[in-house]
Amino acid sequence: MSAHVTSPEPAPAGTADTSRPVLSVRDLRVWYGTPRGPVRAVDSVDFDVRPGETLGLVGESGCGKSTLGRGVLGLAPEGAAVDGEVNFRGTNLVSLSKKQLQELRGPELGLIFQEPMTRLNPLMRISEHFAETLKTHEPGLTKDQVRERALEALRGMGIPPSRYHNYPHEFSGGMRQRIMIALALVLRPAFVVADEPTTALDVLVEAQIIRILADLRRNFDTALVLITHNLGIVAEACDRVAVMYAGRIVEQGDAREVFARPQHPYTQELLRSTISLSTTGLHYIPGAPPDLVEPPTGCRFHPRCPKAMKVCAAVEPPDVLLNSGSTSACWHQAQNIAGAIPPEHATDGREPLALAEEISVADEA
Amino acid sequence: MSKQSGSLRRYVLTRIGLAVPMVLILLVLVFVLMRVAPGDPISAAQGGHLTPAQLAQKRHQAGFDKPLILQFWEYLRSVLTLNFGTTISDGRSVSSIIVQNGGVTLTLAVGAVVVALGLGVPLGLLAGRYRDSAGDTVTRVFAIVTYATPVFFLGLLAQLLFSSHLGWLPSSGQADTLVQLNVPTKTHILLLDALISGQWDAVWNIFQHYLLPWITLGLLIVGVFIRMIRINLIQTLQGDYVEAARARGIKESDVVVKHAFRNSLVPVVTVLGLQIAMLLGGAVLTEKTFNLSGLGSMLINYINSRDYIAVQGLVTFFALVVVVISMLIDFINALIDPRVRY
Ligand SMILES: Nc1ncnc2c1ncn2[C@@H]1O[C@H](COP(=O)(O)OP(=O)(O)O)[C@@H](O)[C@H]1O
Ligand code: SF4
Ligand SMILES: [Mg+2]
Repeated sequence: MSAHVTSPEPAPAGTADTSRPVLSVRDLRVWYGTPRGPVRAVDSVDFDVRPGETLGLVGESGCGKSTLGRGVLGLAPEGAAVDGEVNFRGTNLVSLSKKQLQELRGPELGLIFQEPMTRLNPLMRISEHFAETLKTHEPGLTKDQVRERALEALRGMGIPPSRYHNYPHEFSGGMRQRIMIALALVLRPAFVVADEPTTALDVLVEAQIIRILADLRRNFDTALVLITHNLGIVAEACDRVAVMYAGRIVEQGDAREVFARPQHPYTQELLRSTISLSTTGLHYIPGAPPDLVEPPTGCRFHPRCPKAMKVCAAVEPPDVLLNSGSTSACWHQAQNIAGAIPPEHATDGREPLALAEEISVADEA
Repeated sequence: MSKQSGSLRRYVLTRIGLAVPMVLILLVLVFVLMRVAPGDPISAAQGGHLTPAQLAQKRHQAGFDKPLILQFWEYLRSVLTLNFGTTISDGRSVSSIIVQNGGVTLTLAVGAVVVALGLGVPLGLLAGRYRDSAGDTVTRVFAIVTYATPVFFLGLLAQLLFSSHLGWLPSSGQADTLVQLNVPTKTHILLLDALISGQWDAVWNIFQHYLLPWITLGLLIVGVFIRMIRINLIQTLQGDYVEAARARGIKESDVVVKHAFRNSLVPVVTVLGLQIAMLLGGAVLTEKTFNLSGLGSMLINYINSRDYIAVQGLVTFFALVVVVISMLIDFINALIDPRVRY
């Protein structure tokens, strides 16, 4: 295949073909090698993101969200294995060389991190960070052009030009995150992953950052994957949402639809456990996400699922496309598809899974 | 810009202010340690040779019959005017010993630091960059062995091999006698004097004499640098801002050199400061091994002749050197790392 995509023709702003995904992920898998065996942190994941669209990626801690975000950008750590397809404007990023990926990161692909405090080089001024990034990808820029572009990006994030030559330690956490965003966006990448960009910040700053990210897709047609465990943020800032559990996407669809009528029991539990104005008493999902070296058989959520049936513990549920346009991987939807339940479970497969078993397995995990 | 130099100046002033109590504590320590030994300096140095009456007179002259607190006051006053006393055994002023013999120790120490950094920085960086490779393992063993080998043993081995056996290098002194006589004295640092007067043969001769001592003393501290830089680089390479630089598509070579290397070298200066005492201790032994007449050799000679005034003066000087250098190290750190200034 042709793997050379260093200079794809720029999509004219506003007239972008919004129906065609800028990024489309198919059967993506990421494993970490550990002494105990491979950790399947991302295990066969599919999703699309269109220009100007924000996809929220939610799920408990340890479900593989960060791994997925990095895997898509070719930033999985050394020792991790990546397999599958990440189609970006007709190129499979998984098959690119390190050098080709490096050239795409910045002008085409961007990543915004969770902890802004440690992401800037303490020995480099903000100006040097921008100069390095801009000059790497556009070597022809003059000093003045670099300065102009950097200050424009910073102004967009509310950082005054007077701070351009300051060192990172002279900024607060919120300001550093805005600098990191400016730095990730200064080359106008078409696709950006924001990995819990506000988790380390206080609530006011969080609102500010979320507004900035929301403006982004409106103004620049940037496609954004917003990783968060704050469902409030998803409701506010995302067009679509993907719910991740134990390395897989279990439910995916229009954000408003998924929030109003969650289909997958994990989504339902996740939504129940968020605090809202109408919440009385705090609900939480018993147990913890499973060990990804030896995930549970069948549906990975079955040890914690209040609606688990016998078939759930034995056979993995297939993805089901629902009338709403959402997909959900749960036997409650899949059982209605003729022949989906294997014959050996056809008779007793729909019976509830014993509660005792449920708890003992959950405790083990 | 002006704001930054302002904060740097404030930092320097604060740091100098903090050095004052440190110097005082050191002086008290030296003074007390010198008095803990039984008897007094005069009887210790000349006990066997003088009658009790003569001794008492000498003691009175030197002020050793005064109360301790007065003695300390006088010690303090003389040190503050950079007067370190006059030796009992040969009547030289300690200051003149420092001027005349300090050059050897300085030449030795500076050369050793150059060897330690010249060897330690690249080896540490390579070992960290290619961790767990064969080269990394060899480097780590080298670091541990050089660190654990006693100086005089290493020095003797080097002498045996390169001087006695192979005959490549001279085994003692800082230059041939003729060279020492022909180089006009200006700075009391022979190598510098030879350079100033442009006597290249002399420079080469001195260089050959110092080479083994430099390497011997340099190897004593190189292991610490190798291990520290290696660990730093390994951690920095996995660090958050390095990953962030990769995420911006910075070239891998720039990521390694500009982000990882530079940051992993920041603590080098600090560690160098911590090694100064070790370096001075090692210098004493190296000077003895290679028959260099630096301050270390002088110190040992005066200890042997029980000349407490000379020992006190030299030890005081060593202590001040350590304080001043650690202060300089902090200033350099403040220049390198913007976070240090406050
Ligand atoms: N470098 C790594 N080596 C081995 N296991 C890892 C590594 N990074 C993450 N993991 C494991 O992969 C799983 C997913 O982690 P992560 O992607 O960080 O989840 P999330 O972002 O949803 O919290 C976790 O079980 C975690 O322990
Ligand atoms: S497949 Fe079964 S266990 Fe899994 S979520 Fe659905 S009901 Fe629960
Ligand atoms: Mg994460």
